[in-house]
Amino acid sequence: MEYVWMALAATLSGILGAMGMGGGGVLIIYLTLIAGLDQRAAQGINLIVFIPCALLALFFYLKKKLIDGRAALFAAAAGLAGALAGTWLSGMIETGVLRRIFGAMLLFIGLREVFAKPQKKSKS
Amino acid sequence: MKKFLHAAGGFCAGIANGLLGAGGGMIVVPMLIKSGLPIVKSHATSVAVILPICVLSASLYVRRGSVTLGQALPYLPFMLIGSAIGAWALPKLNRTLLRRIFGGLMLWAAWRMLF
Repeated sequence: MEYVWMALAATLSGILGAMGMGGGGVLIIYLTLIAGLDQRAAQGINLIVFIPCALLALFFYLKKKLIDGRAALFAAAAGLAGALAGTWLSGMIETGVLRRIFGAMLLFIGLREVFAKPQKKSKS
Repeated sequence: MKKFLHAAGGFCAGIANGLLGAGGGMIVVPMLIKSGLPIVKSHATSVAVILPICVLSASLYVRRGSVTLGQALPYLPFMLIGSAIGAWALPKLNRTLLRRIFGGLMLWAAWRMLF
């Protein structure tokens, strides 16, 4: 049974992650609340597994010409600086507190998603 | 102005990614939509933004000893299957229902983590 949950969580996480829709949240929720892992380890696992998944999704998107390279370049460059700061912080903060911050982010995103305005279906 | 928006959104996504190991996409997608990109392209492009950020954060996590590659391995096959499904479905899908369902899941988890 444990294995079924794990497979389900990881698959859903992959689906949402490929769309930039909070896939990481799903896997980390599973890892911490159901598998009982330490918050920092759960975050690390999610970071690692997302890399090959993102490569796979990108391959599809590049083929369909859905990537705006210029926008991605600027955002990613600034993002690298942010990642350095964020990772450093994540090492300083106690895991119990880190878990609370993660919970706060979920609360914020969860509310936004539940009350999101409907998007048009196939506008690309 | 657009460049500033892209850089600011990217920076915040980087912080979320490094600090919480997730959540970058939830910042980058709305930012890209706001900057004028079509919705499906925004979702797709967000993955290109998060990937390099993720590589940096993940390697720092591993170097620091917060996690090992072996710990991540069991999840990988399922994640890859999911990722292929997600990338295939993105242009076709009505995402509103999906957003509401997972919003609900996140609120449940938030409650568990905060209290």
